[in-house]
Amino acid sequence: MAEEVGVRRRDFINIAAVSAAGVAGVGVVIPLVSQMSASADVLAASSTEVDISAIQPGQAIKAVFRKQPVFVRNLTPQEIAEANAVPLDTLRDPQTLAERTKEGKENWLITMGVCTHLGCVPLGAGEGETRGEFGGYFCPCHGSYYDTAARIRKGPAPTNLEVPEYEFTSDSVVKIG
Amino acid sequence: MSFPWANEYKPSHPFMKWMDEKLPLPRLVYNSVGSGYPVPRNLNYFWNFGILALVCLTLQIVTGIVMAMHYAANAQVAFDTVEHTMRDVNWGWLMRYAHANGASAFFVVIYIHIFRGFFYGSYKAPREMVWLLGVVIFLLMMATAFMGYVLPWGQMSFWGAKVITGLFSAIPLVGEPIQQWLLGGFAPDNAALNRFFSLHYLLPFVIVGVVILHIWALHIPGSSNPTGVEVKSESDTIPFYPYYIAKDGWAVGAFAFLFCAVLFFFPNALGHPDNYIPANPMSTPAHIVPEWYFWPFYAILRAFTQDFFFIPAKLMGVLAMFGSILVWFFLPWLDKSPVRSGTYRPMFKKFFWFGLIPAMAVLFYCGGAPAEEPFVMLSQIASLYYFAHFLIILPIVSAIEKPLPLPYSITESVLGKDEAAQLAPAQTATA
Repeated sequence: MAEEVGVRRRDFINIAAVSAAGVAGVGVVIPLVSQMSASADVLAASSTEVDISAIQPGQAIKAVFRKQPVFVRNLTPQEIAEANAVPLDTLRDPQTLAERTKEGKENWLITMGVCTHLGCVPLGAGEGETRGEFGGYFCPCHGSYYDTAARIRKGPAPTNLEVPEYEFTSDSVVKIG
Repeated sequence: MSFPWANEYKPSHPFMKWMDEKLPLPRLVYNSVGSGYPVPRNLNYFWNFGILALVCLTLQIVTGIVMAMHYAANAQVAFDTVEHTMRDVNWGWLMRYAHANGASAFFVVIYIHIFRGFFYGSYKAPREMVWLLGVVIFLLMMATAFMGYVLPWGQMSFWGAKVITGLFSAIPLVGEPIQQWLLGGFAPDNAALNRFFSLHYLLPFVIVGVVILHIWALHIPGSSNPTGVEVKSESDTIPFYPYYIAKDGWAVGAFAFLFCAVLFFFPNALGHPDNYIPANPMSTPAHIVPEWYFWPFYAILRAFTQDFFFIPAKLMGVLAMFGSILVWFFLPWLDKSPVRSGTYRPMFKKFFWFGLIPAMAVLFYCGGAPAEEPFVMLSQIASLYYFAHFLIILPIVSAIEKPLPLPYSITESVLGKDEAAQLAPAQTATA
């Protein structure tokens, strides 16, 4: 039998078979992994409208957005001044209050009520809850302290409370999402 | 594999002979837990906890299958079906309390089992694989227990799920997508509850599989013993049946007595009252803690409050928490001392009793305490010692320590001299 040189027929069949099995394997894994991601009904655009007319300065409410709490807080002038007095270079996640609110509406601080550490709901939005030593929010799970601009000041959380996308549809209604 | 003097399986009944040719299952049993398996004669009560762990695993699987017959993994009704099991199902309260307290009992037993390994050097050659498989079983147990605690969908269930999946959000760049993938949404809900139920049902059987490997790997060199001296001759061993079957039977009885005392008189002592409040995504319990068996690791997670070089505090805490168990995988190579048993290691013993054990006790206590001073600082000191013990102290101690003289053999340690040995009747018959 003549000696075959280069790629033999058997090699080609081997490589083709293993490659086909590999592609099929990936094809099986993709749906198996992907089925665990958020389903269409969970992802379906959910936006929430919140009436803010009854929130007095110093008060806050909890709204629901994507099954998670959102804090809507009406800051007092003193709280705004406190937030603006903090030097940016001392912050873990440097942002000014103005960057975290809408122009002309600096007293409306709207953030997710989800601690950026491990996702607990911080205290401070409900009536009579402690606001921690920086006057904003305090997460009791692992001791993260947020200031009056909901910026992380002390504790394990890596970033400020997230500001969701929102717009004022009128002076008294905010549309979140 | 076994020792050369192990009794040989000799079926006498024709059916057993027939069976031995077709499927030698009786032979396997005889050679694993019967007269055909010689075991060191000097094992103390710490060596009963492997069997007790197997008893706990069986208890959890049996009561768990019963629980699943009455449970519905839907966020709307999950809490109610558990209460229905407790109030309306015949003996449902017994099954649920046995399952919930069974998890605690399983961890008590497994912690003593691990403690035995730490002190008597059971992780050392030739039993490294036994140890590694044991750590895998422990990790699987933790995952199973965590997911099981989510199923009643109480406040602690919900917030436990949120916090633990939140650990994954600490991973740089892909953390948030991974968390959403794990939960199947932005927060724990139906999708998360269903997959946790599915996996909670699956993982115990995976544990059974790894347990089989664990025992298989153990039966190759055979059990270690309190002296750490390997078996030399027949007089060092006695057959598993009847001697250790009887001793294990006694241990199972004592365990059942203590377990029933908790089950019937303090069934909620180890649980958290907040888990009898239905899950509320809008309000975190003021004092959120995991189940008691996770406290030491939870304390390590919370010990990191400052950014560390360029690593954020959150990621650091998560890495440290996982690292605190992953370091066990390297234990056989960190502790290089050829002497196994802590009894003959004066320096190791000091660091063990006055270092590791107090550090673990502090971590255990702080993990259940609120996230405030002085507990944060205490957890930091204890975490530091914990890692130093494994990564620095053990390698140094094993290099410089002068161990005490070891007995020549197990028989000598028991009887004073080898010549005093008399073989057990079952052995002399075949010897």
